[in-house]
Amino acid sequence: MEQITGSEALLKTLIAEGVDTIFGYPGGAVIPVYDCLYDYKSKIRHILTRHEQGATHAAQGYARVSGKVGVALVTSGPGATNTLTGIADAMIDSTPLVVITGQVTSSMLGTDAFQEIDVIGITLPITKWAYQIRKAENIAWAISRAFYIASTGRPGPVVLDFTKDAQTELIDYEYTKVRHIRSYQPEPDLNIERIEEAAEAINHAKKPFCLVGQGVILANAEEELKAMLLKNDIPAGSTMLGMSALPTDFPLNKGMLGMHGNIGPNRKTNECDVLIAIGMRFDDRVTGNLQTYAKQATIIHLDIDNSEIGKNVPVDIKVLGNCKATIPLITRLLEQRKRTEWLTEFEPDEKEEYEKVICKEIHPLEGYLHMGEVVNKVSEACDKDAVLVTDVGQNQIAGVRYFKYNRTRSVITSGGLGTMGFGLPAAVGAKVGAPDRTVCFFAGDGGLQMTIQELGTIMQENLDIKIILLNNNFLGMVRQWQELFYHKRYSYTLMDNPDFVAIAKAYGFSGREVKTREELDEGVKEMFACKGCYLLVADVEEEGSVYPMVPAGGTVTNIMLGNDEQDY
Amino acid sequence: MTDKKLYTVIIFSENTVGLLNQITIIFTRRQLNIETLSVSPSAIPGVHKFTITTFSSEEMMDRVVKQIDKRVDILKAYYNTDDNLVYQEIALYKLSTERFIKMDSVEALIRKYDARILDMNENCVVLEKSGHYEETQALFKELSESIGVLQFIRSGRIAITKSKVERLSDMLAEMEKKIEN
Repeated sequence: MEQITGSEALLKTLIAEGVDTIFGYPGGAVIPVYDCLYDYKSKIRHILTRHEQGATHAAQGYARVSGKVGVALVTSGPGATNTLTGIADAMIDSTPLVVITGQVTSSMLGTDAFQEIDVIGITLPITKWAYQIRKAENIAWAISRAFYIASTGRPGPVVLDFTKDAQTELIDYEYTKVRHIRSYQPEPDLNIERIEEAAEAINHAKKPFCLVGQGVILANAEEELKAMLLKNDIPAGSTMLGMSALPTDFPLNKGMLGMHGNIGPNRKTNECDVLIAIGMRFDDRVTGNLQTYAKQATIIHLDIDNSEIGKNVPVDIKVLGNCKATIPLITRLLEQRKRTEWLTEFEPDEKEEYEKVICKEIHPLEGYLHMGEVVNKVSEACDKDAVLVTDVGQNQIAGVRYFKYNRTRSVITSGGLGTMGFGLPAAVGAKVGAPDRTVCFFAGDGGLQMTIQELGTIMQENLDIKIILLNNNFLGMVRQWQELFYHKRYSYTLMDNPDFVAIAKAYGFSGREVKTREELDEGVKEMFACKGCYLLVADVEEEGSVYPMVPAGGTVTNIMLGNDEQDY
Repeated sequence: MTDKKLYTVIIFSENTVGLLNQITIIFTRRQLNIETLSVSPSAIPGVHKFTITTFSSEEMMDRVVKQIDKRVDILKAYYNTDDNLVYQEIALYKLSTERFIKMDSVEALIRKYDARILDMNENCVVLEKSGHYEETQALFKELSESIGVLQFIRSGRIAITKSKVERLSDMLAEMEKKIEN
């Protein structure tokens, strides 16, 4: 048998696991792998990001849009520590990721060698699995195991720390796909009794309401969900990460849940009699005050992760399992229903929100541009087919609230960790993962500048990404909280910003700044007419806020609709 | 917070590097102090057994154990209260030989506490006593107050469940069945 190096074994195994794209950044402890990559150019596309954090966020964007495992390759020490934010983000948002970090030669481990850091030690709390490869013979096994763990069950990030000597060591290469791990059961056994109880509760319900989480998307169970909702006529609200599991215009889709969600879904959470939560984890941004959350309802929770069931909210009927399997089993037992009266109850909420919030936000008659109107304008030009990528903050809320979707996997945003700077590199990954789809990235002036160097990646890879900067010269979300809860003491949230269009031009992109509605119309047209990356800088009102808002820790029915009127 | 009780968490895991770290991280995040900890190979080759005691509410215990159980390298984790367990700790007491032999009550002491003498030389005597915490503590107290204790060490708790269910072997058997299918 011909012997190959550990580095080549790594690449062969990646290919065997179906990898054709990786995001990375070379460095001393990973040069042997990069040397080998040079020979594998035709089989593996390597995208050179401008920072290791960018490599992980790009891998996340790629994974989220494609459903495949995202792969990042970085060097030891600072290369590895720079990936931590992306790894943590992937952990809390259940994104399948394999991060390969170079490591110093094994004989130097523990000696504080140059660019040595205890990668396993620091990544254990933020990974599904972390393993150090010190011998080339373990490569095939470890990589295959990493992909199995990252992609099955509740997905998550895996870190492989790869010592330099293992990268150069010669071995007889043998690959066997890992299909089973004794101590790991990704698909829990189904309990038919619980499924029957759930179906019975829904059949007896007068006002059932469904909460849709990202679990539905991760399980590819969108069609199963639709069938269930339609059969029993159950209205649904989505978490932010669950958005696009149901098309915007799906008749039973009542919008977004949580702090900046739609009024209807939030109010109905506390009015329904049966609450069916699917693949979501009752995050505090969704529930607000747990003491007043859905107390009247029988709660059914479908989740693949046993530790999520009952973690935050006491659950009456626990349906453990992959929702791709459990939803149809429940649907089969559901009665065909029409719940016209219950569905009609959403209408006043929708009307109120439209009149008091949405109309003013997307069709303002005068004054500065509003964030919502910019998003709406861009979305209208995309025919509900584009991928929405956002950064974190007001741009994220405006983006997710006002963008419209027909297809699943259309929202790429940092939910649990709320990582500013996530958006631009995630947009890189999203475009690479879905090259045929339009990618619209909404940024704020704060978050864009956290990872703005990734414009270099976009330039080098010639990626057609539409960047819409909602520029208010503020760290807008913090400013909003300072306005509402800290007596307008704008402590360090005002920003002096550069000429963003000039920056885009320096990277060879087109772009323009728009201040008026006419300019916005022209700018959007110009952006979509442009082939290639485009930066549209929309100067929005400086002290604009996102509403509705359930203040942190408040009750989900205690919704602020604006800063001068409160609706309790 | 509901009433806190002493719980014994029993964990079976693969014998991999960093396992203890993975477990303690979960206790740390929930701000639970580990009272005692004992780790050793189990009856099944390649499987390690952790016995951890901690004061907690049952609600918290349930969440923590689920989070431990879901780690990839953990085979099985569960918790018990004292009434479902047979448990034991072992303690060693180092005493001054001079003072020890001057005690008039060595025989009575040994009988009362069911203790053993492990070693004896001109400098020191080493006593061993196994039992529940209160029992090893009572001997420590008595010795401290009479002749003084030079060194004292107590092991973590080890425990065996009283129930009919053998969670690990049942689980492994089920897994074997699944793989065959």
